[in-house]
Amino acid sequence: MTTNQTTEHRPTPRQRHQANSIADRPWTGPEREYDLLKEFVIAIVVVGAMVLGLAAVFSSPDEKSLTLKAWSKSTPNDFTATAAAELAGTSVSESELGAPYNTTGGNQKFGPFGLQKAAGVRIPVDSVNNFVITPLSSLPPAAPLSDALTQWKAATAKQQQAWGGAYSDALAEPAADGDPAKVATGDYGPVPVLTASLLGMAQSGALEGVIQGEGGFYTTNYTKSILFLADGAYLEDHAVAEHLGGDQWGMMNETASYPGQSWMWLYSFWYQVEPFKSSGNADALVWVLMMVLSLGFVLVPFLPGVRSLPRWIPIHRRIWKDYYRTQGSSQQ
Amino acid sequence: MLPPDKLLPETQPVYVQSWIYVFGVATLAALLFVIASGLLLTLMGPAWYHVSSKGHFVNSVHLWSVELFFVFMVVHLWGKFWMAAWRGRRAMTWITGVVSFLTSIGTAFTGYLVQTNFDSQWISSEAKDGLNSVGIGAWFNVTNFGQMLLFHVALLPLVVGFLVAWHIVLVRKRGVVPPLEAQETGAQL
Repeated sequence: MTTNQTTEHRPTPRQRHQANSIADRPWTGPEREYDLLKEFVIAIVVVGAMVLGLAAVFSSPDEKSLTLKAWSKSTPNDFTATAAAELAGTSVSESELGAPYNTTGGNQKFGPFGLQKAAGVRIPVDSVNNFVITPLSSLPPAAPLSDALTQWKAATAKQQQAWGGAYSDALAEPAADGDPAKVATGDYGPVPVLTASLLGMAQSGALEGVIQGEGGFYTTNYTKSILFLADGAYLEDHAVAEHLGGDQWGMMNETASYPGQSWMWLYSFWYQVEPFKSSGNADALVWVLMMVLSLGFVLVPFLPGVRSLPRWIPIHRRIWKDYYRTQGSSQQ
Repeated sequence: MLPPDKLLPETQPVYVQSWIYVFGVATLAALLFVIASGLLLTLMGPAWYHVSSKGHFVNSVHLWSVELFFVFMVVHLWGKFWMAAWRGRRAMTWITGVVSFLTSIGTAFTGYLVQTNFDSQWISSEAKDGLNSVGIGAWFNVTNFGQMLLFHVALLPLVVGFLVAWHIVLVRKRGVVPPLEAQETGAQL
């Protein structure tokens, strides 16, 4: 019994360390005057001057948003190819994105874990109807568009995809070079009329409002508009020209030569190297890795090895050089 | 719990004498300019700066204060790492600091999404894939401008503000961490 009591009251090595550790106790050593309020006011003045100076000298970037009208006018062939791909069900939004938009696209996985698929279709997007058929159906009924819509709606899904696929392939032929006027004769059903009508609608400026208006009168959700824009090459070509492409360190950059989100360098870095660069699950892999690293960053005080780095690499000697120089030779 | 003399002390331990200590308070100062310029932009709406030279200048102040905020905060974080500033029951001070940093990245990111220009079109188009790949995008939709705007001007600033306030209270409560190998020996006293 006595032995047990003695054991209970004997401090553990950790407790002894804590009791002896100067960092655990309020500092009772020498002090110096320190006016925190004054320091804060000086910081506000200096930082304020820096902020206002940088803003006045360098301003800020503001490149206008792209529009479907500008896309269809500047690169009509890309627009037409995108519209045909939507009808064929082969566009990026329809065949690649997957959840939360649809079940037709592929979903990324981290090992056996399919978090993307598990989230489900919470933001449904029907590319064929949302981007092409519904907008065209809003136009005044007139031939040949009304006939093309009737033919399209009466066809089976298999037939629709066959028409769309055949027209997409025909546009991609070297002889056509993306130009609908040079496409060889074939069984494309109503697709050429539908894509030409959508191109005309976009060039008139009407398409943007119709796609955006599918959400109702008040809408602040641009998911459909951005997905359609991103299905074409127009958006990415602009981004690459502004050094914002995925293999150009992507979105951590900013348009022109302005500094962007440089604090996201590590996130962007992984996309530039293998095995992430060529992986079909790159996004999932990078996200899981970044979540693990972020958790590690939070838990640095508890990570053996990492928490000892400051002792092994004596940068603190430079930080506190005045202290070490003046406060006793025992520190050297 | 935290008397005024501890919140705003007139003295500090003798070792609090290094350029590195400037960056914590500089981060706070930059944050004030981020908030002030952000509030001005909020007053006039997200499209104001496209059509007004005054609005554009306020937007520039917002951008550069954010850039400086991150520069100062990163130097502050690195400094605290090499000082092993989590010693002496200061782990929560480190944790609140790092979580503030991570939350600030999210806040800045939503800011880039609500610029209502080409940059926000492209960033939302790219970022959705990463968020979707781990299921987050189903609830946090970067192409939903309204949702991102509210995250940027309301939810995330509140979280950052709370974390920063907590961090500062912890710094004042625990005091500034002493140098590695420091001793309260007679030689020092």
